[in-house]
Amino acid sequence: MGEQWMRFFRFEDTAVRYALVGALLMGLSTGVLGSFLVVRRLAMVGDTLSHAVLPGLVAGFLWVGGKEPWALFTGALLAGLLGVWLVSQIKARSVLKEDAALGLVLSGFYAMGVCLLTMVQHMEIGQKSGLDKILFGQAAALGLNDLYFMGGVTAVVLMLVGLFYKEFLALSFDGAFARALGWPIGIFQGLFMGVLAATVVVSLQASGVVLVSAMLIIPASAAYLLTQRFVKLIVLASGLSMIAGVLGALLSFLKPGIPTGPCMVACASLEFGLIWLLAPGQGIIPQWVRRMRVQERIALENTLKAIYHVLEKGGFQLETVTLEALAERRRASLEAVLIEGQGLVARGFAHFGSLDKAASIENRTLHLTPEGWARACEIVRNHRLWELYLTHAANYAPDHVHEDAEKIEHMLGETIVRQLETRLNYPQRDPHGKLIPSLADMENPYFSRPPWGNKPRGTEGYGASTIDS
Amino acid sequence: MLEELNEASAPPLEVHDLTVTYHKRPALYGIDLVVPRGQLVGVVGPNGAGKSTFIKAIMGVVKPASGWVKLFGKTGKAGLPFVGYVPQRESVDWDFPVSVYDVVLMGRYGRIGIGRRPGKADHEAVMEALERVKMTPFMHRQIGGLSGGQQQRVFLARALAQDTPLYLMDEPFAGVDAATEAAIIELLQSLKEQGKTILVVHHDLATAKQYFDRLILLNLRLVAYGETAKVFTPALLQKTYGGRLTILSEVAQVVGQVEEGMDKHD
Repeated sequence: MGEQWMRFFRFEDTAVRYALVGALLMGLSTGVLGSFLVVRRLAMVGDTLSHAVLPGLVAGFLWVGGKEPWALFTGALLAGLLGVWLVSQIKARSVLKEDAALGLVLSGFYAMGVCLLTMVQHMEIGQKSGLDKILFGQAAALGLNDLYFMGGVTAVVLMLVGLFYKEFLALSFDGAFARALGWPIGIFQGLFMGVLAATVVVSLQASGVVLVSAMLIIPASAAYLLTQRFVKLIVLASGLSMIAGVLGALLSFLKPGIPTGPCMVACASLEFGLIWLLAPGQGIIPQWVRRMRVQERIALENTLKAIYHVLEKGGFQLETVTLEALAERRRASLEAVLIEGQGLVARGFAHFGSLDKAASIENRTLHLTPEGWARACEIVRNHRLWELYLTHAANYAPDHVHEDAEKIEHMLGETIVRQLETRLNYPQRDPHGKLIPSLADMENPYFSRPPWGNKPRGTEGYGASTIDS
Repeated sequence: MLEELNEASAPPLEVHDLTVTYHKRPALYGIDLVVPRGQLVGVVGPNGAGKSTFIKAIMGVVKPASGWVKLFGKTGKAGLPFVGYVPQRESVDWDFPVSVYDVVLMGRYGRIGIGRRPGKADHEAVMEALERVKMTPFMHRQIGGLSGGQQQRVFLARALAQDTPLYLMDEPFAGVDAATEAAIIELLQSLKEQGKTILVVHHDLATAKQYFDRLILLNLRLVAYGETAKVFTPALLQKTYGGRLTILSEVAQVVGQVEEGMDKHD
């Protein structure tokens, strides 16, 4: 095993060098073309094309009676294009839709190809030809001739996309618009299918008939999760495809007998899996982390709100709440409320009473800091404003609005709150008659100044009059 | 190319005996009409009347079974460079990895020519078009994150960047809010004042009357075509929308409004 590693990385072996160059060339062209396939939702077309080449490939072999690259290339190319043409004909001239037409051609051509291939393998000319490797690929068996073909096709692909990037982009994004420009759309479509078929055919020796389409689809799909710009997508897809190609070639070299195609595709799938999980923004894990953060914030805000409610119920006479009162309000256990309280303390929204060291849990007290008080007021304010808005503007019954406000209170931003306030003409009370904390209340905690003291808000409030006096 | 057009007196659009079939079913029958320069024309008719097919047939995207279309006196592809096409918003994939700027730049592709790259003038035209539809702040956004009205404005900016003397627009008001609709119609009016000719597929009868100079009433055949004041009559509308029960009530309502309006004028 170690010896094989050394052989691979010393690049002295021609087989190793050929395999590497082949993997890189293949990665480049499949990445570029795959990007177009994926954004055009033509992934299945690539799959069908790659399976459809098989009968043509074997026919080419039979035609010249040997493994001549140009004969295999021509036969495979013709069969692939015939397959794609058949799909379009079946679609146009029957009730069948694209999916059925693709499935039909893919399996039909592949079945014929496998029959022919098996036949050839039992013939004299076929036995030592290594043609059986065509199904799953054998990068180590790449010859110089194969590389010339791959290099040529890759160069044509890059040239075509470089020269007509603009045309292919418009065609991919908005076909009707491109046609309305009077462009020869048919020619561009034909060119694209032609180089696609050629790419598939020259990649067969390295990755095999069965899985070559995976190298078109998987790296480009992974790249699509990472960027929203087409040029970047093409570059990323090519890079990912080349890395997967080289890793696959290495793996199959280390363990002779494992075909190259599956190794490359397994590596590409691994890349996709990692990106799907970790991609910033769209990745599963970053999404999950974001969700968790929101839930954490909501829990925190609910605790602050509960503290406000307890204080309000006590007429704002006390500066602190006991954990027991809080637990009662939250309908939670003392232990759970203690953890929530510790969360508030950790974020600087509250601190525990100083005489609490010796007290039992239920008698420990929480004291809001100015930040905690402001945040608590904000949530209660959001809640009550929203309730009021629903009853006034949306004609909800007052007993229907609470549930909705429970969710919305955490989502309202500063601007919307201001709009609500203006729209409702700076209300003082919510639909249940409770006072809505004002901006002044948020800035002036009741425990440093009398709440609402600077505004005449009547004596009917829960806390105002008692604190004022 | 456009200069030579200015001297020509051929009408922007001339359609003669145009018939289109879809899957062997007729979609449009023998349409005949001529649209003169500097007009804002509404294409109106019930669902399935062939409004989009009509536009696509003019662009050559759908092949007619018979008849011909002349754009500024030219047949076939020769007239296409003078036409800007705004397809229905749903016709493209908005997840496509392109920015607002990229899409508007596509409007210049026809002028740039095959195999060439956009130059300074093209980028300036894109910026100007973006400004006119007030989408400059969003130019580097991927198009999928935009609202329906913003997406429609991107399509309009692309058409503006094309800067063609004739525009064909397929339901530019579909799914946009009232403010955007007002902004779009204002834009179309200003284009018209620049001497451009604009055909707009529209499905809201209530606003058709105030928006357009001329109306094409379509229902598989050409029911009527002419100045809005002359064509927007209860009888012709009923003829356009008649025979489709679900739409009858809507028509009755609009017809009612029309008659009310007439009474006032009397």
